[in-house]
Amino acid sequence: MTFYSKILGAASGLAIACTGMAAQAETLFWSTQAKPVEEAQAMREQVLGGFEAGVDYQPNDGGPWLTRLNAELQAGSGTIGVLGALHGDFSAMNPDDLVDLSDMGVMSASGTFNDLAKLGTDSMQYIPWMQASYIMAANKDALQYLPDGADINALTYDQLIQWAANAHEAAGEPKFGFPAGPKGLKHRFFQGYLYPSYTNGVVRTFASDEAVGAWEAFRKLWEHTNPASTNFSFMQEQLLSGDAWIVFDHTSRLAQAFNERPDDFVAFPAPAGPTGRGFMPVLAGVAIPKTAPDMDAAKSLVEYMLKPETQIATLRATNFFPVVDVALPEDLPPSVKAAGDAVAKMSGSADANPGLLPAGLGDKGGDFNRVFVDSFERIVLAGQDIRMVLDDQKGKLAAIMEETGAPCWAPDAPSEGACPVE
Amino acid sequence: MNARVLPYVLILPVTLFLCLFFLYPFLLVSKQAFSTGSGFTLDNFREVTSYWKFPTTLRNTFLLAAAVVPVQLALALLMATMVNKMQKGRDLILYVWTIPLGISDLAAGIIWLAIFEQSGFLNSMMNGLGIVDKPVNLLTFQNPGLVFLAIALAEIWRATAIMLVILVAGIGLIPKEYYEAAEVFGASPWKRFTRITLPLLRPSLQTALVLRVILAFEIFAVVAALGGTLFPVLMGETYAYQFDLLNSGAAAAMALIILAISIGFTLIILRLLRVPKGATI
Repeated sequence: MTFYSKILGAASGLAIACTGMAAQAETLFWSTQAKPVEEAQAMREQVLGGFEAGVDYQPNDGGPWLTRLNAELQAGSGTIGVLGALHGDFSAMNPDDLVDLSDMGVMSASGTFNDLAKLGTDSMQYIPWMQASYIMAANKDALQYLPDGADINALTYDQLIQWAANAHEAAGEPKFGFPAGPKGLKHRFFQGYLYPSYTNGVVRTFASDEAVGAWEAFRKLWEHTNPASTNFSFMQEQLLSGDAWIVFDHTSRLAQAFNERPDDFVAFPAPAGPTGRGFMPVLAGVAIPKTAPDMDAAKSLVEYMLKPETQIATLRATNFFPVVDVALPEDLPPSVKAAGDAVAKMSGSADANPGLLPAGLGDKGGDFNRVFVDSFERIVLAGQDIRMVLDDQKGKLAAIMEETGAPCWAPDAPSEGACPVE
Repeated sequence: MNARVLPYVLILPVTLFLCLFFLYPFLLVSKQAFSTGSGFTLDNFREVTSYWKFPTTLRNTFLLAAAVVPVQLALALLMATMVNKMQKGRDLILYVWTIPLGISDLAAGIIWLAIFEQSGFLNSMMNGLGIVDKPVNLLTFQNPGLVFLAIALAEIWRATAIMLVILVAGIGLIPKEYYEAAEVFGASPWKRFTRITLPLLRPSLQTALVLRVILAFEIFAVVAALGGTLFPVLMGETYAYQFDLLNSGAAAAMALIILAISIGFTLIILRLLRVPKGATI
């Protein structure tokens, strides 16, 4: 046997081994959610461990996630079995690239979520998987500075600003924290909280006089906001370090604070403005790309994700709440209890004014967010005139709405055709 | 093999490699930049240049390059002459000075963030010395100057070594005889530097400057780590177009703009530092 034939033999042996492995591969779960190492590990061990056929759970950033998915779709064949992502990620995709899941027999308990999952078509393009929201949280030391007569579970924006001002004065430095960093979710605050609370709309009322009032109020709050907020993206870090006492963020971006020191922090509903208590639900879903290598395995994994036991395990692993009706057990982590209470109070309050996730924007979701982020940078950071900025940004918003033809979503009044910017 | 053909055969693999992995993707990107789905168009360029942040990003990128590259050039020249004069420990010093080269730019940005952030080393030091009562926020939107300074410092620390390495090699090539002759005629060390070292270093200076200036226009990770969204640069906007806005056409247009700037500056440097025809060391 010559040297070359030995190498040849080894190579062919390796190739056979590889094909053998590929044939019995686990289903690849390609996700933008549960990215932090601990969450990903919990997903693998506690959530997906019970799925018999085996799952390879791979979470990734939005960019690489989409790049690989698009490459597989363009190639017409792929290895990704199941996709896990936010509603916004799916709505940026072409619905034709996702397998129709209407006949799966599983769906969420919320009609609104099931409608969102159709992505503007007649059938379910993804199955709602888990939900969350944005809430407020505070260090218990800051509670003493609450203005007189303020109920922490029914705050108004004026009271919040006063509270932040009191804390600012007492501490000698601004102690309100806002996730305005590069990876922070600041745009959701403007779209789902500030605008609904002050203008009872998002798109129609973008440049209204009420919107000017909303930005004026936010400017006042910003005076008492830690100026390093432009580097904050996960407010649990600043809560724990003490750099911020009162914060706004996504429930899963506050969880670590409650889990590490449950007795030091309190979670409470977002404040209310002149037109109610605006808040926004967050929705993640699971879908199957049309290039999935093993359709049956992928479908049974989607079914598995919607089982009540899996949903509770997912809640423990990721701090995202179930979308199906389940009885929550008693022994949940502190963060889940705190956030669950705050979300329940927020959605159950008499003046609740939910702002839905933007729908129908397709791949213009990023541009839509940028309109709000740019307004924030120009009005609040650069100190430009509010009216001038809103009138300028209004044109961009109108162009996005016209290009996508997206109809209005709550709390904007319904529209015929594209949602108009008034 | 025929001696006339041999060189071409030898460069064939690398040419093929470049065509496949550079030229071909480059053509694809150009195609993307000049089309929006319906034939040739300049819409992508119009879109990115009319965005309100574009002048700021352009100015920031140029400012940073203008502040960083001259300092790096001076430092690299100084360090190269120092290393060249050394009798002992020359290699050790060179290794130490080039350590930052081995660190990725994002890691370098994070190292400097650990120094400048609110609970960072600089604050602890100033606090310990009693200069400030409590840690202050240095990198905020209120201190754009400090953010700029921090980024410039991190860049100087990180990327001076790449010029140093090239210049050290260049200085080593200059024959000792010129210096000996100059000394005989009584030229001062400064005069020897300006009349012998600098002119004979032209080819190396050219290479070092071209490399460094191109990298300066591509700055991204250090800025992202230290400035976040406070200091927008061209490359950061390109990333935002590609991954936040999922607009590959606009991202491709930005990439071509950066390429055009790089080519422009490369030509300027090549012209300014050209070696006269027929001149040799």
